[in-house]
Amino acid sequence: MSTTRAPLRTGPNGRPVRPFVMPASFAGKLRVWRYLLLRRVVQFGVLLLFLGTVRWGWEVAGKPLLSGNLSASELLGTIPMADPFAVLQIILTRQLPQAEVLTGAGIILMIYLILGGRSWCAWVCPINMVTDLAAWLRRRLGISDLFRLSRNIRYTVLALALALSALSGVAAFEWISPISMLHRELIFSAGLGWTAVLGVFLFDLFILRHGWCGHLCPLGAFYALAGKLAQVRIRFDAPTCTHCGECARVCPEPQVMNLKAASATGMIASGECTNCGRCITICPENTLQFDLRHFINTRQKTDTTESRQRRAA
Amino acid sequence: MANMTVISRRDFFTRVAQGAALAATGGLVWSYLLNQQARATPFAIRPPGARYEPDFNARCIKCGQCVDACPYDTLKLATADAGIPIGTPYFIPRETPCYMCEDIPCIAACPTGALDPALEDIDDSLMGLAVIDIENCLSWQGLRCEICFRECPVQGRAITVEHHPRRLSKHAMFVPLVHSDACTGCGICEKACPTQEAAIHVLQPDLVQGKIGDHYRLGWTSDTPITHEFNAVGGTAGADTPASGLDYLNEGPP
Repeated sequence: MSTTRAPLRTGPNGRPVRPFVMPASFAGKLRVWRYLLLRRVVQFGVLLLFLGTVRWGWEVAGKPLLSGNLSASELLGTIPMADPFAVLQIILTRQLPQAEVLTGAGIILMIYLILGGRSWCAWVCPINMVTDLAAWLRRRLGISDLFRLSRNIRYTVLALALALSALSGVAAFEWISPISMLHRELIFSAGLGWTAVLGVFLFDLFILRHGWCGHLCPLGAFYALAGKLAQVRIRFDAPTCTHCGECARVCPEPQVMNLKAASATGMIASGECTNCGRCITICPENTLQFDLRHFINTRQKTDTTESRQRRAA
Repeated sequence: MANMTVISRRDFFTRVAQGAALAATGGLVWSYLLNQQARATPFAIRPPGARYEPDFNARCIKCGQCVDACPYDTLKLATADAGIPIGTPYFIPRETPCYMCEDIPCIAACPTGALDPALEDIDDSLMGLAVIDIENCLSWQGLRCEICFRECPVQGRAITVEHHPRRLSKHAMFVPLVHSDACTGCGICEKACPTQEAAIHVLQPDLVQGKIGDHYRLGWTSDTPITHEFNAVGGTAGADTPASGLDYLNEGPP
Protein backbone atom coordinates (compact mmCIF):
# COMPACT_ATOMS: atom_id res chain seq x y z
CA MET A 1 0.00 0.00 0.00
CA SER A 2 1.47 3.31 -1.04
CA THR A 3 1.13 6.32 1.16
CA THR A 4 0.46 8.70 -1.70
CA ARG A 5 -2.95 7.45 -2.65
CA ALA A 6 -3.97 10.12 -5.15
CA PRO A 7 -6.44 10.73 -6.58
CA LEU A 8 -8.60 9.95 -3.56
CA ARG A 9 -10.77 6.89 -4.14
CA THR A 10 -14.44 7.19 -3.35
CA GLY A 11 -16.82 4.46 -2.31
CA PRO A 12 -20.06 3.58 -4.09
CA ASN A 13 -21.82 6.02 -1.76
CA GLY A 14 -19.67 8.85 -3.03
CA ARG A 15 -17.71 9.29 0.19
CA PRO A 16 -13.92 9.07 0.25
CA VAL A 17 -12.44 5.70 1.19
CA ARG A 18 -10.61 6.06 4.48
CA PRO A 19 -8.29 3.33 5.69
CA PHE A 20 -8.42 2.15 9.29
CA VAL A 21 -5.95 4.04 11.48
CA MET A 22 -5.01 2.61 14.85
CA PRO A 23 -5.54 5.37 17.44
CA ALA A 24 -2.36 6.60 19.10
CA SER A 25 -3.87 6.91 22.57
CA PHE A 26 -4.14 3.92 24.88
CA ALA A 27 -7.82 4.61 25.48
CA GLY A 28 -8.36 4.62 21.74
CA LYS A 29 -6.53 1.30 21.40
CA LEU A 30 -8.65 -0.15 24.19
CA ARG A 31 -11.75 0.89 22.26
CA VAL A 32 -10.48 -0.93 19.19
CA TRP A 33 -9.59 -3.99 21.26
CA ARG A 34 -12.76 -3.96 23.33
CA TYR A 35 -14.34 -7.10 21.90
CA LEU A 36 -11.01 -8.90 21.79
CA LEU A 37 -10.43 -8.16 25.48
CA LEU A 38 -14.00 -9.07 26.37
CA ARG A 39 -13.67 -12.37 24.51
CA ARG A 40 -10.51 -13.23 26.43
CA VAL A 41 -12.21 -12.35 29.71
CA VAL A 42 -15.13 -14.65 28.85
CA GLN A 43 -12.86 -17.47 27.63
CA PHE A 44 -10.60 -17.37 30.68
CA GLY A 45 -13.55 -16.70 32.99
CA VAL A 46 -15.41 -19.82 31.91
CA LEU A 47 -12.28 -21.95 32.36
CA LEU A 48 -11.67 -20.34 35.75
CA LEU A 49 -15.20 -21.14 36.95
CA PHE A 50 -14.67 -24.80 36.05
CA LEU A 51 -11.18 -24.88 37.52
CA GLY A 52 -12.27 -23.18 40.75
CA THR A 53 -15.12 -25.63 41.22
CA VAL A 54 -13.01 -28.71 40.56
CA ARG A 55 -9.74 -27.72 42.20
CA TRP A 56 -10.71 -25.32 44.97
CA GLY A 57 -14.29 -26.38 45.63
CA TRP A 58 -15.98 -23.07 44.78
CA GLU A 59 -19.56 -23.11 45.99
CA VAL A 60 -22.56 -20.81 46.10
CA ALA A 61 -25.08 -21.55 48.86
CA GLY A 62 -23.51 -24.96 49.38
CA LYS A 63 -23.89 -25.94 45.71
CA PRO A 64 -20.87 -26.47 43.46
CA LEU A 65 -20.58 -23.42 41.22
CA LEU A 66 -19.89 -24.98 37.82
CA SER A 67 -19.10 -28.68 37.89
CA GLY A 68 -17.78 -30.61 34.89
CA ASN A 69 -16.18 -29.19 31.76
CA LEU A 70 -17.22 -27.79 28.39
CA SER A 71 -18.47 -31.20 27.22
CA ALA A 72 -21.14 -31.31 29.92
CA SER A 73 -21.58 -29.44 33.15
CA GLU A 74 -23.98 -28.45 35.86
CA LEU A 75 -24.48 -24.91 37.12
CA LEU A 76 -25.15 -24.60 40.87
CA GLY A 77 -26.03 -28.26 41.06
CA THR A 78 -29.28 -27.69 39.18
CA ILE A 79 -28.97 -26.37 35.61
CA PRO A 80 -27.48 -28.96 33.24
CA MET A 81 -25.53 -27.90 30.17
CA ALA A 82 -24.03 -30.08 27.47
CA ASP A 83 -22.27 -29.85 24.13
CA PRO A 84 -25.10 -30.57 21.66
CA PHE A 85 -22.69 -31.93 19.04
CA ALA A 86 -21.24 -34.44 21.55
CA VAL A 87 -24.75 -35.51 22.57
CA LEU A 88 -25.73 -35.92 18.91
CA GLN A 89 -22.73 -38.22 18.41
CA ILE A 90 -23.69 -40.27 21.49
CA ILE A 91 -27.25 -40.66 20.19
CA LEU A 92 -25.85 -41.85 16.85
CA THR A 93 -24.03 -44.68 18.66
CA ARG A 94 -27.57 -45.94 19.38
CA GLN A 95 -27.39 -45.16 23.08
CA LEU A 96 -30.16 -43.01 24.47
CA PRO A 97 -28.51 -40.77 27.05
CA GLN A 98 -30.28 -39.69 30.20
CA ALA A 99 -32.74 -36.77 30.18
CA GLU A 100 -30.27 -34.60 32.09
CA VAL A 101 -27.74 -34.40 29.29
CA LEU A 102 -30.46 -34.07 26.65
CA THR A 103 -31.90 -31.10 28.54
CA GLY A 104 -28.39 -29.67 28.88
CA ALA A 105 -27.76 -29.95 25.14
CA GLY A 106 -31.12 -28.27 24.49
CA ILE A 107 -30.26 -25.39 26.82
CA ILE A 108 -26.89 -24.78 25.14
CA LEU A 109 -28.45 -25.02 21.69
CA MET A 110 -31.06 -22.43 22.69
CA ILE A 111 -28.36 -20.12 24.05
CA TYR A 112 -26.41 -20.26 20.79
CA LEU A 113 -29.57 -19.87 18.74
CA ILE A 114 -29.87 -16.50 20.45
CA LEU A 115 -26.20 -15.50 20.67
CA GLY A 116 -25.14 -16.81 17.24
CA GLY A 117 -24.03 -20.41 16.69
CA ARG A 118 -20.36 -19.80 16.27
CA SER A 119 -20.25 -17.34 19.15
CA TRP A 120 -19.08 -20.52 20.85
CA CYS A 121 -15.97 -20.42 18.65
CA ALA A 122 -14.98 -16.81 19.26
CA TRP A 123 -16.20 -16.35 22.82
CA VAL A 124 -15.91 -19.66 24.69
CA CYS A 125 -13.82 -22.30 22.88
CA PRO A 126 -10.34 -22.40 24.46
CA ILE A 127 -8.72 -23.50 21.19
CA ASN A 128 -9.63 -20.08 19.81
CA MET A 129 -6.90 -18.55 21.97
CA VAL A 130 -4.37 -20.98 20.50
CA THR A 131 -5.40 -20.40 16.89
CA ASP A 132 -5.65 -16.62 17.37
CA LEU A 133 -2.10 -16.66 18.68
CA ALA A 134 -0.99 -18.70 15.66
CA ALA A 135 -2.76 -16.28 13.30
CA TRP A 136 -1.16 -13.27 14.98
CA LEU A 137 2.33 -14.82 14.84
CA ARG A 138 1.78 -15.85 11.25
CA ARG A 139 0.91 -12.28 10.30
CA ARG A 140 3.97 -11.02 12.16
CA LEU A 141 6.29 -13.50 10.48
CA GLY A 142 4.66 -13.17 7.07
CA ILE A 143 4.21 -16.91 6.56
CA SER A 144 2.26 -17.90 3.46
CA ASP A 145 -0.03 -20.91 3.09
CA LEU A 146 1.49 -24.27 2.18
CA PHE A 147 -1.63 -25.21 0.20
CA ARG A 148 -5.18 -24.12 -0.30
CA LEU A 149 -8.11 -26.00 1.11
CA SER A 150 -11.79 -25.39 0.69
CA ARG A 151 -13.41 -23.97 3.79
CA ASN A 152 -16.34 -26.28 3.13
CA ILE A 153 -14.19 -29.28 4.03
CA ARG A 154 -15.39 -28.82 7.62
CA TYR A 155 -18.84 -29.98 6.57
CA THR A 156 -17.26 -33.16 5.21
CA VAL A 157 -15.45 -33.61 8.54
CA LEU A 158 -18.77 -33.02 10.32
CA ALA A 159 -20.52 -35.64 8.18
CA LEU A 160 -17.59 -38.01 8.77
CA ALA A 161 -17.79 -37.49 12.54
CA LEU A 162 -21.48 -38.37 12.54
CA ALA A 163 -21.03 -41.35 10.21
CA LEU A 164 -18.08 -42.74 12.21
CA SER A 165 -20.03 -42.34 15.45
CA ALA A 166 -22.79 -44.49 14.01
CA LEU A 167 -20.33 -47.05 12.59
CA SER A 168 -17.79 -47.35 15.40
CA GLY A 169 -20.12 -47.09 18.38
CA VAL A 170 -18.21 -44.29 20.09
CA ALA A 171 -18.63 -40.53 19.77
CA ALA A 172 -16.03 -40.16 17.01
CA PHE A 173 -15.03 -36.52 17.37
CA GLU A 174 -15.06 -36.58 21.16
CA TRP A 175 -12.35 -39.25 21.09
CA ILE A 176 -9.88 -37.15 19.11
CA SER A 177 -11.04 -33.60 19.74
CA PRO A 178 -8.13 -31.26 20.58
CA ILE A 179 -10.73 -28.86 22.00
CA SER A 180 -11.89 -31.37 24.60
CA MET A 181 -8.32 -32.47 25.32
CA LEU A 182 -7.38 -28.85 26.02
CA HIS A 183 -10.16 -27.92 28.42
CA ARG A 184 -10.34 -31.38 30.01
CA GLU A 185 -6.64 -31.47 30.78
CA LEU A 186 -6.61 -27.84 31.89
CA ILE A 187 -9.48 -28.43 34.29
CA PHE A 188 -8.83 -31.96 35.54
CA SER A 189 -5.36 -33.34 35.00
CA ALA A 190 -2.57 -32.54 32.62
CA GLY A 191 -1.46 -35.23 30.18
CA LEU A 192 -0.19 -35.44 26.65
CA GLY A 193 -3.30 -33.71 25.29
CA TRP A 194 -1.21 -30.58 24.81
CA THR A 195 0.56 -32.31 21.92
CA ALA A 196 -2.72 -32.30 19.97
CA VAL A 197 -3.12 -28.62 20.82
CA LEU A 198 0.46 -28.00 19.68
CA GLY A 199 -0.42 -29.80 16.45
CA VAL A 200 -3.31 -27.40 15.86
CA PHE A 201 -1.04 -24.45 16.65
CA LEU A 202 1.70 -25.54 14.24
CA PHE A 203 -0.85 -26.38 11.54
CA ASP A 204 -2.34 -22.89 11.83
CA LEU A 205 1.02 -21.18 12.07
CA PHE A 206 3.01 -22.85 9.31
CA ILE A 207 0.67 -24.77 7.08
CA LEU A 208 -2.72 -23.13 6.60
CA ARG A 209 -4.01 -19.75 7.78
CA HIS A 210 -7.06 -20.27 10.03
CA GLY A 211 -6.53 -23.95 9.22
CA TRP A 212 -8.26 -25.58 12.17
CA CYS A 213 -11.09 -23.19 13.09
CA GLY A 214 -11.72 -21.96 9.57
CA HIS A 215 -11.37 -25.17 7.59
CA LEU A 216 -11.45 -28.40 9.59
CA CYS A 217 -13.22 -28.16 12.93
CA PRO A 218 -16.50 -30.13 12.81
CA LEU A 219 -17.77 -28.48 16.00
CA GLY A 220 -17.50 -25.08 14.31
CA ALA A 221 -19.26 -26.55 11.28
CA PHE A 222 -22.01 -27.90 13.54
CA TYR A 223 -22.54 -24.50 15.15
CA ALA A 224 -22.41 -22.79 11.73
CA LEU A 225 -25.33 -24.95 10.63
CA ALA A 226 -27.19 -24.94 13.94
CA GLY A 227 -26.86 -21.17 14.27
CA LYS A 228 -27.97 -20.32 10.74
CA LEU A 229 -30.98 -18.40 12.04
CA ALA A 230 -29.40 -17.12 15.23
CA GLN A 231 -30.57 -13.80 16.63
CA VAL A 232 -27.37 -11.89 17.40
CA ARG A 233 -25.87 -10.88 14.07
CA ILE A 234 -23.69 -8.09 12.80
CA ARG A 235 -25.79 -5.36 11.22
CA PHE A 236 -24.56 -3.84 7.97
CA ASP A 237 -25.57 -0.24 7.13
CA ALA A 238 -25.07 -0.33 3.38
CA PRO A 239 -25.32 3.45 2.75
CA THR A 240 -22.36 4.23 5.01
CA CYS A 241 -20.03 1.58 3.54
CA THR A 242 -17.21 2.83 1.29
CA HIS A 243 -16.04 -0.70 0.36
CA CYS A 244 -12.64 -0.05 1.94
CA GLY A 245 -12.29 -3.75 2.66
CA GLU A 246 -10.79 -3.43 6.14
CA CYS A 247 -13.44 -5.79 7.57
CA ALA A 248 -12.62 -8.60 5.14
CA ARG A 249 -8.90 -8.19 5.85
CA VAL A 250 -9.34 -8.61 9.60
CA CYS A 251 -12.07 -11.27 9.46
CA PRO A 252 -11.00 -14.87 10.24
CA GLU A 253 -13.84 -16.07 7.98
CA PRO A 254 -13.57 -13.48 5.16
CA GLN A 255 -16.04 -15.34 2.93
CA VAL A 256 -18.86 -14.17 5.22
CA MET A 257 -18.01 -10.54 4.38
CA ASN A 258 -19.99 -10.64 1.18
CA LEU A 259 -21.01 -7.00 0.94
CA LYS A 260 -23.53 -7.61 -1.83
CA ALA A 261 -25.38 -10.19 0.26
CA ALA A 262 -24.94 -7.99 3.34
CA SER A 263 -26.55 -5.02 1.54
CA ALA A 264 -29.51 -7.18 0.58
CA THR A 265 -30.11 -8.62 4.05
CA GLY A 266 -28.77 -5.72 6.10
CA MET A 267 -26.49 -8.05 8.09
CA ILE A 268 -23.70 -10.61 7.96
CA ALA A 269 -26.12 -13.49 7.69
CA SER A 270 -23.78 -16.46 7.20
CA GLY A 271 -23.72 -19.02 9.99
CA GLU A 272 -19.94 -19.15 9.59
CA CYS A 273 -19.62 -15.69 11.15
CA THR A 274 -18.29 -16.16 14.69
CA ASN A 275 -19.56 -12.83 16.08
CA CYS A 276 -15.99 -12.04 17.16
CA GLY A 277 -16.57 -8.31 16.57
CA ARG A 278 -13.22 -7.65 14.86
CA CYS A 279 -14.94 -6.02 11.88
CA ILE A 280 -17.01 -3.76 14.12
CA THR A 281 -14.06 -2.08 15.78
CA ILE A 282 -11.94 -1.86 12.65
CA CYS A 283 -14.62 -0.32 10.42
CA PRO A 284 -13.71 3.38 9.92
CA GLU A 285 -17.32 4.24 9.02
CA ASN A 286 -19.13 2.44 11.87
CA THR A 287 -21.03 0.49 9.26
CA LEU A 288 -21.01 -2.72 11.28
CA GLN A 289 -22.64 -3.16 14.70
CA PHE A 290 -24.03 -5.99 16.82
CA ASP A 291 -27.80 -6.19 16.51
CA LEU A 292 -30.64 -8.69 16.63
CA ARG A 293 -31.81 -10.42 13.48
CA HIS A 294 -35.38 -9.58 14.37
CA PHE A 295 -34.76 -5.80 14.46
CA ILE A 296 -32.55 -5.91 11.36
CA ASN A 297 -35.28 -7.69 9.43
CA THR A 298 -38.02 -5.25 10.44
CA ARG A 299 -35.79 -2.27 9.65
CA GLN A 300 -34.78 -3.78 6.33
CA LYS A 301 -38.44 -4.34 5.44
CA THR A 302 -39.46 -0.74 6.23
CA ASP A 303 -36.38 0.56 4.38
CA THR A 304 -37.27 -1.28 1.22
CA THR A 305 -40.92 -0.24 1.36
CA GLU A 306 -39.84 3.36 1.88
CA SER A 307 -37.47 3.29 -1.06
CA ARG A 308 -40.15 1.62 -3.14
CA GLN A 309 -42.57 4.36 -2.23
CA ARG A 310 -39.94 6.96 -3.01
CA ARG A 311 -39.33 5.40 -6.39
CA ALA A 312 -43.07 5.25 -7.07
CA ALA A 313 -43.50 8.92 -6.14
CA MET B 1 -24.87 -16.75 -7.04
CA ALA B 2 -23.24 -14.50 -9.59
CA ASN B 3 -19.70 -15.83 -9.23
CA MET B 4 -20.64 -19.44 -9.99
CA THR B 5 -18.33 -20.95 -12.55
CA VAL B 6 -19.32 -23.49 -15.14
CA ILE B 7 -17.32 -26.70 -14.94
CA SER B 8 -17.23 -29.57 -17.35
CA ARG B 9 -18.77 -32.90 -16.58
CA ARG B 10 -15.33 -34.50 -16.42
CA ASP B 11 -14.14 -31.90 -13.89
CA PHE B 12 -17.28 -32.39 -11.88
CA PHE B 13 -16.79 -36.13 -11.55
CA THR B 14 -13.08 -35.68 -10.83
CA ARG B 15 -13.95 -33.33 -7.99
CA VAL B 16 -16.57 -35.69 -6.61
CA ALA B 17 -14.01 -38.51 -6.70
CA GLN B 18 -11.39 -36.31 -5.02
CA GLY B 19 -13.82 -35.33 -2.29
CA ALA B 20 -14.85 -38.93 -1.73
CA ALA B 21 -11.23 -40.08 -1.65
CA LEU B 22 -10.35 -37.38 0.86
CA ALA B 23 -13.26 -38.36 3.08
CA ALA B 24 -12.42 -42.05 2.78
CA THR B 25 -8.72 -41.54 3.61
CA GLY B 26 -9.57 -39.28 6.52
CA GLY B 27 -12.22 -41.72 7.69
CA LEU B 28 -9.78 -44.63 7.60
CA VAL B 29 -7.14 -42.84 9.67
CA TRP B 30 -9.83 -41.60 12.02
CA SER B 31 -11.39 -45.02 12.57
CA TYR B 32 -7.91 -46.48 13.13
CA LEU B 33 -7.42 -43.97 15.95
CA LEU B 34 -10.82 -44.83 17.41
CA ASN B 35 -9.97 -48.53 17.30
CA GLN B 36 -6.67 -47.94 19.07
CA GLN B 37 -8.46 -45.99 21.77
CA ALA B 38 -11.29 -48.45 22.24
CA ARG B 39 -8.90 -51.38 22.44
CA ALA B 40 -6.99 -49.86 25.34
CA THR B 41 -9.80 -50.78 27.70
CA PRO B 42 -9.35 -54.02 29.66
CA PHE B 43 -7.28 -52.72 32.54
CA ALA B 44 -9.36 -49.66 33.38
CA ILE B 45 -11.19 -49.93 36.68
CA ARG B 46 -14.35 -47.87 36.25
CA PRO B 47 -16.47 -46.01 38.80
CA PRO B 48 -19.38 -47.92 40.38
CA GLY B 49 -22.34 -48.55 38.12
CA ALA B 50 -20.29 -48.24 34.93
CA ARG B 51 -22.09 -50.03 32.14
CA TYR B 52 -20.63 -52.84 30.04
CA GLU B 53 -17.44 -51.33 28.57
CA PRO B 54 -18.56 -50.70 24.95
CA ASP B 55 -21.81 -49.10 26.15
CA PHE B 56 -19.90 -47.12 28.74
CA ASN B 57 -17.45 -45.87 26.12
CA ALA B 58 -20.29 -44.86 23.85
CA ARG B 59 -22.23 -42.99 26.52
CA CYS B 60 -19.52 -41.27 28.53
CA ILE B 61 -19.31 -37.61 27.46
CA LYS B 62 -15.99 -37.17 29.33
CA CYS B 63 -17.23 -34.25 31.42
CA GLY B 64 -15.65 -35.28 34.72
CA GLN B 65 -18.69 -34.56 36.87
CA CYS B 66 -18.20 -37.96 38.57
CA VAL B 67 -14.60 -36.96 39.32
CA ASP B 68 -15.87 -33.71 40.76
CA ALA B 69 -18.49 -35.46 42.88
CA CYS B 70 -16.12 -38.06 44.39
CA PRO B 71 -15.40 -36.97 47.98
CA TYR B 72 -12.21 -39.03 48.17
CA ASP B 73 -10.61 -37.81 44.92
CA THR B 74 -10.54 -41.42 43.83
CA LEU B 75 -11.59 -40.89 40.24
CA LYS B 76 -9.46 -39.44 37.47
CA LEU B 77 -10.11 -38.65 33.84
CA ALA B 78 -7.82 -40.50 31.46
CA THR B 79 -5.37 -38.15 29.81
CA ALA B 80 -4.28 -38.60 26.19
CA ASP B 81 -1.38 -40.81 27.30
CA ALA B 82 -3.03 -42.87 30.04
CA GLY B 83 -3.52 -45.96 27.87
CA ILE B 84 -7.19 -45.84 28.79
CA PRO B 85 -9.90 -44.51 26.45
CA ILE B 86 -9.29 -40.80 26.44
CA GLY B 87 -11.20 -38.61 28.85
CA THR B 88 -13.06 -41.44 30.59
CA PRO B 89 -13.09 -41.82 34.38
CA TYR B 90 -11.14 -44.58 36.10
CA PHE B 91 -9.26 -45.16 39.31
CA ILE B 92 -6.08 -46.84 40.46
CA PRO B 93 -7.02 -48.86 43.58
CA ARG B 94 -3.46 -49.04 44.93
CA GLU B 95 -3.35 -45.21 44.97
CA THR B 96 -6.89 -44.40 46.07
CA PRO B 97 -9.58 -47.08 46.17
CA CYS B 98 -13.33 -46.53 45.99
CA TYR B 99 -14.63 -46.09 49.52
CA MET B 100 -18.13 -47.13 48.47
CA CYS B 101 -20.23 -44.11 49.54
CA GLU B 102 -23.76 -45.20 50.32
CA ASP B 103 -25.32 -42.37 48.31
CA ILE B 104 -23.02 -43.07 45.30
CA PRO B 105 -22.47 -39.38 44.39
CA CYS B 106 -20.59 -40.23 41.18
CA ILE B 107 -23.65 -41.96 39.71
CA ALA B 108 -25.88 -39.07 40.79
CA ALA B 109 -23.52 -36.67 39.02
CA CYS B 110 -23.34 -38.58 35.72
CA PRO B 111 -25.50 -36.73 33.17
CA THR B 112 -25.51 -39.37 30.43
CA GLY B 113 -26.19 -42.59 32.32
CA ALA B 114 -22.77 -44.04 31.46
CA LEU B 115 -22.85 -44.80 35.18
CA ASP B 116 -26.12 -46.65 35.43
CA PRO B 117 -28.55 -45.06 37.94
CA ALA B 118 -30.22 -48.47 38.27
CA LEU B 119 -27.46 -49.31 40.77
CA GLU B 120 -28.95 -48.28 44.09
CA ASP B 121 -27.00 -50.38 46.59
CA ILE B 122 -23.25 -49.81 46.38
CA ASP B 123 -22.73 -53.40 47.62
CA ASP B 124 -24.16 -54.58 44.30
CA SER B 125 -21.58 -52.71 42.24
CA LEU B 126 -19.04 -54.56 40.13
CA MET B 127 -16.10 -52.28 39.43
CA GLY B 128 -13.73 -55.21 39.24
CA LEU B 129 -12.79 -58.42 40.97
CA ALA B 130 -9.99 -58.87 43.50
CA VAL B 131 -7.50 -61.56 42.54
CA ILE B 132 -4.88 -62.93 44.93
CA ASP B 133 -1.33 -63.72 43.88
CA ILE B 134 -0.78 -66.71 46.18
CA GLU B 135 2.96 -66.74 45.49
CA ASN B 136 3.35 -63.36 47.18
CA CYS B 137 0.44 -63.29 49.60
CA LEU B 138 1.77 -63.22 53.19
CA SER B 139 -1.02 -65.49 54.42
CA TRP B 140 -0.01 -68.06 51.85
CA GLN B 141 3.51 -67.98 53.33
CA GLY B 142 1.99 -69.11 56.61
CA LEU B 143 1.90 -65.66 58.25
CA ARG B 144 -1.23 -64.41 59.97
CA CYS B 145 -1.79 -61.32 57.80
CA GLU B 146 -5.45 -61.28 56.76
CA ILE B 147 -5.37 -57.49 56.34
CA CYS B 148 -7.42 -57.67 53.14
CA PHE B 149 -10.09 -59.66 54.97
CA ARG B 150 -10.23 -57.14 57.81
CA GLU B 151 -10.26 -54.07 55.56
CA CYS B 152 -12.87 -55.42 53.15
CA PRO B 153 -16.07 -53.33 53.32
CA VAL B 154 -18.15 -56.37 52.36
CA GLN B 155 -16.38 -58.30 55.11
CA GLY B 156 -17.11 -61.94 55.49
CA ARG B 157 -18.82 -62.14 52.12
CA ALA B 158 -16.37 -60.79 49.53
CA ILE B 159 -13.28 -62.10 51.29
CA THR B 160 -13.27 -64.98 53.76
CA VAL B 161 -10.38 -66.60 55.54
CA GLU B 162 -10.14 -70.34 55.05
CA HIS B 163 -7.75 -72.76 56.62
CA HIS B 164 -5.54 -74.64 54.30
CA PRO B 165 -3.19 -77.53 55.15
CA ARG B 166 0.51 -76.79 55.01
CA ARG B 167 3.02 -79.26 53.70
CA LEU B 168 6.02 -78.73 56.01
CA SER B 169 4.30 -78.10 59.29
CA LYS B 170 1.41 -79.50 61.21
CA HIS B 171 -0.14 -76.03 61.51
CA ALA B 172 -2.70 -75.02 58.92
CA MET B 173 -2.47 -71.74 57.02
CA PHE B 174 -5.25 -69.19 57.16
CA VAL B 175 -5.62 -67.83 53.65
CA PRO B 176 -7.91 -65.22 52.15
CA LEU B 177 -10.40 -66.31 49.51
CA VAL B 178 -12.30 -63.89 47.26
CA HIS B 179 -15.92 -64.58 46.38
CA SER B 180 -16.89 -63.09 43.05
CA ASP B 181 -20.58 -62.91 43.90
CA ALA B 182 -19.94 -60.39 46.68
CA CYS B 183 -16.70 -58.63 45.67
CA THR B 184 -17.42 -55.12 44.34
CA GLY B 185 -13.90 -54.41 43.12
CA CYS B 186 -13.59 -51.33 45.32
CA GLY B 187 -9.87 -52.02 45.75
CA ILE B 188 -9.60 -51.24 49.46
CA CYS B 189 -7.87 -54.62 49.85
CA GLU B 190 -5.36 -53.73 47.15
CA LYS B 191 -4.67 -50.41 48.86
CA ALA B 192 -4.26 -52.10 52.26
CA CYS B 193 -2.10 -55.05 51.17
CA PRO B 194 1.22 -54.66 53.05
CA THR B 195 3.49 -56.33 50.50
CA GLN B 196 5.83 -54.19 48.40
CA GLU B 197 3.67 -54.75 45.34
CA ALA B 198 0.10 -55.61 46.22
CA ALA B 199 -0.49 -59.37 46.30
CA ILE B 200 -4.19 -58.75 45.75
CA HIS B 201 -5.19 -56.88 42.59
CA VAL B 202 -8.49 -55.60 41.31
CA LEU B 203 -8.97 -56.55 37.68
CA GLN B 204 -11.81 -56.49 35.20
CA PRO B 205 -13.75 -59.73 35.87
CA ASP B 206 -13.69 -60.60 32.15
CA LEU B 207 -9.92 -60.85 32.28
CA VAL B 208 -9.74 -63.41 35.06
CA GLN B 209 -13.02 -65.24 35.34
CA GLY B 210 -13.59 -68.57 33.63
CA LYS B 211 -16.92 -70.24 33.03
CA ILE B 212 -17.68 -73.85 33.86
CA GLY B 213 -20.45 -74.20 31.31
CA ASP B 214 -24.13 -74.90 31.88
CA HIS B 215 -23.82 -78.59 31.03
CA TYR B 216 -21.98 -79.38 34.27
CA ARG B 217 -24.29 -80.67 36.97
CA LEU B 218 -22.66 -80.29 40.34
CA GLY B 219 -24.81 -82.85 42.11
CA TRP B 220 -23.22 -82.25 45.49
CA THR B 221 -24.11 -78.55 45.74
CA SER B 222 -27.30 -77.76 47.58
CA ASP B 223 -28.83 -75.57 44.88
CA THR B 224 -28.59 -78.11 42.08
CA PRO B 225 -32.00 -79.72 41.63
CA ILE B 226 -32.05 -83.52 41.77
CA THR B 227 -33.35 -84.66 38.45
CA HIS B 228 -33.47 -87.78 36.39
CA GLU B 229 -33.43 -85.85 33.19
CA PHE B 230 -30.23 -85.13 31.40
CA ASN B 231 -29.33 -83.77 28.04
CA ALA B 232 -28.98 -86.20 25.19
CA VAL B 233 -25.51 -87.00 23.92
CA GLY B 234 -24.30 -84.16 21.75
CA GLY B 235 -27.13 -81.98 22.98
CA THR B 236 -26.57 -78.70 24.73
CA ALA B 237 -27.87 -77.46 28.01
CA GLY B 238 -31.36 -76.16 27.85
CA ALA B 239 -32.19 -78.17 24.74
CA ASP B 240 -35.86 -78.16 23.90
CA THR B 241 -36.56 -81.80 24.66
CA PRO B 242 -34.42 -83.32 27.41
CA ALA B 243 -34.18 -87.07 26.98
CA SER B 244 -35.60 -89.25 29.70
CA GLY B 245 -33.11 -90.54 32.22
CA LEU B 246 -32.59 -93.98 30.77
CA ASP B 247 -29.72 -96.20 31.72
CA TYR B 248 -27.10 -95.00 29.29
CA LEU B 249 -24.49 -97.73 29.96
CA ASN B 250 -26.89 -100.62 29.80
CA GLU B 251 -29.19 -99.51 27.06
CA GLY B 252 -27.03 -97.32 24.88
CA PRO B 253 -27.70 -93.75 23.80
CA PRO B 254 -31.31 -92.84 23.07
